[in-house]
Amino acid sequence: MRAIGAVLAAVLGASLAGCSATGGKRAEEARRTAEAQGRAAVDTPRWTFAMVTHSGDGDTFWDIVQKGARQAAAKDNIHFLYAHSDEAQQQSQLVQTYIDQKVDGLIVTLAKPEAMKDVVAKATRAGIPVITVNSGSAESRAYGALTHIGQDETVAGEAVGDELDRRGRKKALCVLHEQGNVGHEQRCSGAAKTFGGDLRNLYVDGTNMPDVRAAIEAKLQTDPSIDAVVTLGAPFADAAVQAKRTAGSEAEIDTFDLNAKVAAGLKAGDLGFAVDQQPYLQGYEAVDLLWLYRYNADVLGGGRPVLTGPQIITGKDAAELQEYTQRGTR
Amino acid sequence: MTATAPPAGDRTGRPDERLLHTSPWRKLLGRPELGSVVGAAAVFLFFSVVADAFLRTSSLGTVLYAASTIGIMAVPVALLMIGGEFDLSAGVLVTSSALVSSMFSYQMTANVWVGVLVSLLVTLAIGAFNGVMLVRTRLPSFIITLGTFLMLTGMNLGLTKLISGTVSTKTVADMEGFPAAKAVFASFTVGGVDVRTTILWWIGLVAVATWILLRTRFGNWIFAVGGGAGAARAVGVPVSRTKILLYTGVAFCAWISGQHLLFSFDVVQSGEGVGNELIYIIAAVIGGCLITGGYGSAIGSAVGAFIFGMTSKGIVYAQWNPDWFTFFLGAMLLLAALLNAWVRKRAEATA
Repeated sequence: MRAIGAVLAAVLGASLAGCSATGGKRAEEARRTAEAQGRAAVDTPRWTFAMVTHSGDGDTFWDIVQKGARQAAAKDNIHFLYAHSDEAQQQSQLVQTYIDQKVDGLIVTLAKPEAMKDVVAKATRAGIPVITVNSGSAESRAYGALTHIGQDETVAGEAVGDELDRRGRKKALCVLHEQGNVGHEQRCSGAAKTFGGDLRNLYVDGTNMPDVRAAIEAKLQTDPSIDAVVTLGAPFADAAVQAKRTAGSEAEIDTFDLNAKVAAGLKAGDLGFAVDQQPYLQGYEAVDLLWLYRYNADVLGGGRPVLTGPQIITGKDAAELQEYTQRGTR
Repeated sequence: MTATAPPAGDRTGRPDERLLHTSPWRKLLGRPELGSVVGAAAVFLFFSVVADAFLRTSSLGTVLYAASTIGIMAVPVALLMIGGEFDLSAGVLVTSSALVSSMFSYQMTANVWVGVLVSLLVTLAIGAFNGVMLVRTRLPSFIITLGTFLMLTGMNLGLTKLISGTVSTKTVADMEGFPAAKAVFASFTVGGVDVRTTILWWIGLVAVATWILLRTRFGNWIFAVGGGAGAARAVGVPVSRTKILLYTGVAFCAWISGQHLLFSFDVVQSGEGVGNELIYIIAAVIGGCLITGGYGSAIGSAVGAFIFGMTSKGIVYAQWNPDWFTFFLGAMLLLAALLNAWVRKRAEATA
């Protein structure tokens, strides 16, 4: 017995000594637990807040929003629920299901505002405070929401138009990946407003990446004079870069939103600039402000949207942000 | 299969089997929707147990509403499938119908009912187009309606952008006739209770479709056409007319759904509806319709829609991780379908 014990101890000791002190999955796990186990810093009751977005399945942007919301929920002792659908009717039904469950607070996006009008009114009638995030800054107040957190899409679009001008671009392509999203339309029309050159819209199917790439490729091949492509979501910037290579185009690729790949692309010079609206902040602030309203009846913004963007990011800023994009919070 | 099969009973003195009296219990077991009813009961019980909020009146109302929006389209799609055909354009046709209605009223500054009627004509025409193309070309309905599906998807966006300048239509909520149309197609209030009219439309459609299938000559034609078009034609069933009428039936219900979209949300998004055609077909199949045609029922499609509504909303009430939503949805539907098949097999064995 004693001999076996000694052998076991030796094996254990060896495996411990053979451990890498840096990197690997263990380091990732340690970092993650440290991050995620933000223990509740408050002693308010465990309220339930629900968030319903217009996101499609598996969208990076909304993953970051959720991370922010969950971080704030952990801190504020909130039971956080999330659901999404890219069909207006489905989204409004999802909000209805949370009203049925009598949640203590609701966070909704108003990408298709009219479809959400009735349910948001229903929620406020039922005494559930509503905060709108991301899209719907124009309608939020009228529908009875406490406040809106997001980026004014027209302002963001205008910033892009100015930036394109500053870079001396003449003919740009605006790639829309969600048909019917009013915010996306505003981005492109905002950019067209301030941009001195010619800007065309291109609709692609955002849930089908090869299709996005092929559509941009075809457009660049048919019109070689296009010298800038603006995608409206970070994952599509990479598709645009690939399309540009195969099409042999010289166009500069710029994008809305940020992710690890975009940060790397900015650093490497594949991308010109990115316009960030800080999705983490939208999720985090929405939960936090609902908590503040529940706890202290505080409302931020003074009846105006609380802006989280636009922030123009170029290769210079990318190095610093790369770390944050890799852990999925920017 | 077996060599010892008993000989046909004509010389044993037994009466013709078609004249035999069947007990009500056996009749019930032979119904196509039986399996789905058992499946629906199982899904209902399941979510009653795992989701606290599921049994509240307001929650059941939400579930019923969600089911009705699918169910209205599942009824004609089921009839079409019994008739042996598919319609892949059904999902976007709903959106087209809403767009036509909304844009016509707005651009002509007409009473919204004018738009509603114009939309009915246009939608029926598209349905008839599907049917006529199918009958004339004799190509599979899969190909024909795939073509219309893609064309409609493009037209929805293209025409909306061309006419309205944006991807969604402008609001018609402040126009004449809107309140009445809203009461008919979306919801009205009785004694402080919000009544969703889609549920009434749904019940009405199921009743009418069941009557047509079981009590009318046209119903017989549908079964005959789906069972074997050649044989049906040989005994004098107007196969072409039946199929064209079935497609216009789908269009008619797409019109109802489309008007519901418009009058409950005031504004129509041009890009929506893609993928819903599969949900309608799924509801019909869960409800006992055979993909090969000739068998199925309208009530079954309603039960199928109800299972779909319960599952999709029940998952939210149960507060399961949304990342797995479609997985749970698929698993529940597969289980319901398996239960359906198992029950039917047992029923056939005992019958």
